[in-house]
Amino acid sequence: MPIDPSLRFDTFIVGSANRLAVAAARAVADAPGASYNPLFMYSDSGLGKTHLMSAIGNQVMRTSSLTVELVTLDDFVGELHEAIASGAADGFQERYLRVGVLLIDDTQFLTGHPETQSELLRIFNTLQADGRQLVMTSDRPPAEIADVDARLITRLSGGLIVDIGSPDYETRMAILKAKCEQRGVRFGPGVIDEVGRVEFKNVRELQGALNRLIAFQALGQAELTAPKVASVLGDLADQRGRIAPVRVSGEFASFLSGVASVVAQHVDQWKQRLSEAIAYWQSEGYRIGPLERAINDAAPPRSVESLLREFDASVARLRELARQIERADPTLAAHEAFRDPDRLHEAEQLVERALRQTPLPPGPSAAFTRAGFETGMSNQLAVRAADAIVSVPGTRYNPLFVHGPSGVGKTHLLNAIGNGLVGAAGVGPVACVPAQLFVDELISALQEGTVDRWRSRYRAAAALLLDDVQFVAGKERTQEELFHVFNALYADGKQLVFASDRPPRELSGLEERLRSRFEGGLVVPMQSPDRALRERLYARYLRELGVEPTGEMLGYLAEPPAASVREIIGIANRIVASAEVAAVPVTVGFIRAELEPDETELSRAAAMRTAADTFFLDREKTIWQWPDPGARLIEEPR
Amino acid sequence: MSLVNYATREITCKIVYYGPGRSGKTTNLHYIYGQVPDDRKGRMVSLATQTDRTLFFDFLPLDLGTISGFTTKFQLYTVPGQVYYQTTRRLVLQGADGVVFVADSQAHQLGENVESLQDLHANLAEQGVDARSVPLVLQYNKQDLPRDLILSANDLGDTLNFRAVPEFPADALHGPGVFETLRAISELVLTRLSTGAPAMAR
Repeated sequence: MPIDPSLRFDTFIVGSANRLAVAAARAVADAPGASYNPLFMYSDSGLGKTHLMSAIGNQVMRTSSLTVELVTLDDFVGELHEAIASGAADGFQERYLRVGVLLIDDTQFLTGHPETQSELLRIFNTLQADGRQLVMTSDRPPAEIADVDARLITRLSGGLIVDIGSPDYETRMAILKAKCEQRGVRFGPGVIDEVGRVEFKNVRELQGALNRLIAFQALGQAELTAPKVASVLGDLADQRGRIAPVRVSGEFASFLSGVASVVAQHVDQWKQRLSEAIAYWQSEGYRIGPLERAINDAAPPRSVESLLREFDASVARLRELARQIERADPTLAAHEAFRDPDRLHEAEQLVERALRQTPLPPGPSAAFTRAGFETGMSNQLAVRAADAIVSVPGTRYNPLFVHGPSGVGKTHLLNAIGNGLVGAAGVGPVACVPAQLFVDELISALQEGTVDRWRSRYRAAAALLLDDVQFVAGKERTQEELFHVFNALYADGKQLVFASDRPPRELSGLEERLRSRFEGGLVVPMQSPDRALRERLYARYLRELGVEPTGEMLGYLAEPPAASVREIIGIANRIVASAEVAAVPVTVGFIRAELEPDETELSRAAAMRTAADTFFLDREKTIWQWPDPGARLIEEPR
Repeated sequence: MSLVNYATREITCKIVYYGPGRSGKTTNLHYIYGQVPDDRKGRMVSLATQTDRTLFFDFLPLDLGTISGFTTKFQLYTVPGQVYYQTTRRLVLQGADGVVFVADSQAHQLGENVESLQDLHANLAEQGVDARSVPLVLQYNKQDLPRDLILSANDLGDTLNFRAVPEFPADALHGPGVFETLRAISELVLTRLSTGAPAMAR
């Protein structure tokens, strides 16, 4: 069995419960066969027997040319059976007789294996006679292993028998701290102490508890605090005792308070303030170089206040940079520089570089301006909300959801908001995207495996405006991503605007979590242009086409309803184009002639249509005016 | 030894109980040991002879917890009082931040007290330390014994306390005076060392 190279003495936490075992194991590893042979270690499960045994193996392999063999008794028995079955028992013996250090784990399973016992006895005798080292572990002392040959027991007991106890508070704390360091996690102040107080019987349980905390901290939005530990550990901690927080009384207490007041009086105030700050920032996971340098100076700094303020400001800036890098390039988020005020400059550069490399999400089209957007009764609610958003982004109406039929100006308004937000919405680009493009981008990011980068582009945006959001309905992955982007931006107070042809509640295939978020802001309809708006729109577009409209002209044009702004643009274009072809000025008469070409022809066509309708659409007529079907049915077979 | 270590945020003091043999130095430590909650004290290491006399020295580490942001630890040592353990006494005295001189109040022990106090001064001088600069308190132990056997604190003070340091009558076996002594020496030590005066050389 190969020895796990990570199980070494330097990764083993020594405490009062295992000090003797560690000392013995070290002595054995330093000079195999010279002292404590065999070394027998026993303890309950999960207290480090295998770790210590592997540590011996690792050290011997590193420092000498001796061959080391680590087997569990179970493997040993299996190999022996196999060797006997294949008639190669000699080879088995030889193999074990060659080793310099034999490590056997879980010796308690000797029970009920008489042939293994006698084989072991032979091997022991030979190895010991040659001064080679044996190390064994078990969950109980040798004398308590049932059904074992007495000769074997005396040999097992002949060297040194040590036990390993449950870790005490200090050891538990040391283990927890080492594990945290190993896994690069940090907890709020007091959290580790709280875990350490729970009297876990073995290191595995302790590790399980730590894993739960790590998972909780990774998932949770809020930071884990000491009082929450008990509830997070729940059943893990409940079954176990817990060391009550230290209470002192009597003479010792009064002595303690006396000492405390003397210390408080005599420790230099500035050093005390600095050391408190150091302790705090260290527990927050920041390097404290500048403070440490100051405290190690003999003379007090010119102003402790300003030193601390400067440090706070650096950390605040680092936090902001860490947030930015998280969005721009999540792979760099764990970089040391973001935790070290001395490396602030480096952190700034990292962010700058990452931002340069990240392509910006599509922005609003400059062609759609707010000035180019006509307001009327039918869209004033949406326009007012849009103006409010541009003046104070992210605070009111977040998200804004605009819906209405095609061609009423949703896209125009969305882009106009986007253009208004550029510069007003804070750091980062304004993303203004049709939902279809959003979906396509996600698909190609998925193909290229660059989803992280794609996601971070949107998360870095100062605002997100998504057009035709109805297209995300039914697309689960897109909705999931949109949901996360939504939450990230929303939490940062970034403005979100959506446009759709239907209100959220009518979008089938839209997940409830998105729907409720859309509805959580302001949902406003945009309707087909009303008469006043139609007049203004005709006036604007005719003017844009070089025709100065008269009041009468506008009155005539705006009279019939129009479904959308696009229809109005189409009519205006048609009039002007026809007038150009005919080389006549645009007048009311011309427009009338153009839009209602021949009134009589039109009315004749209408009359025909009515007649046809009345003929075909009248059910009774269609049946009763047919030639007598009954007579034909009877006559024809004849 | 550096008492206040700002870098590691630790305060450590070494206090040595000095005095003639059988004056009750170990008894002081035992009483303190009994009063300290379990999680605050290390194992008391006592290397004693079969007749319970201190052969080498006693050592009691005390963890006072975090005080003003500093992890505060006291190490209490006793020296063997018997005259012939001179080397051990010097060894233990090295690097002491403060000394408690435990005098035996019994009248017939006065000579021993004086001798031991002189021995203390000699040993300090040996280490190049000015005895006047070392925080010192006196404890007149065994004040619970019958009046006719002992000298009063005043009488003892007249003989022993020529430097006018804090002095305490005590009954180390039962407790009176023990913590008062410890507190006084702690305050002296902390006050002195936080002002930046160097501790004794190690």
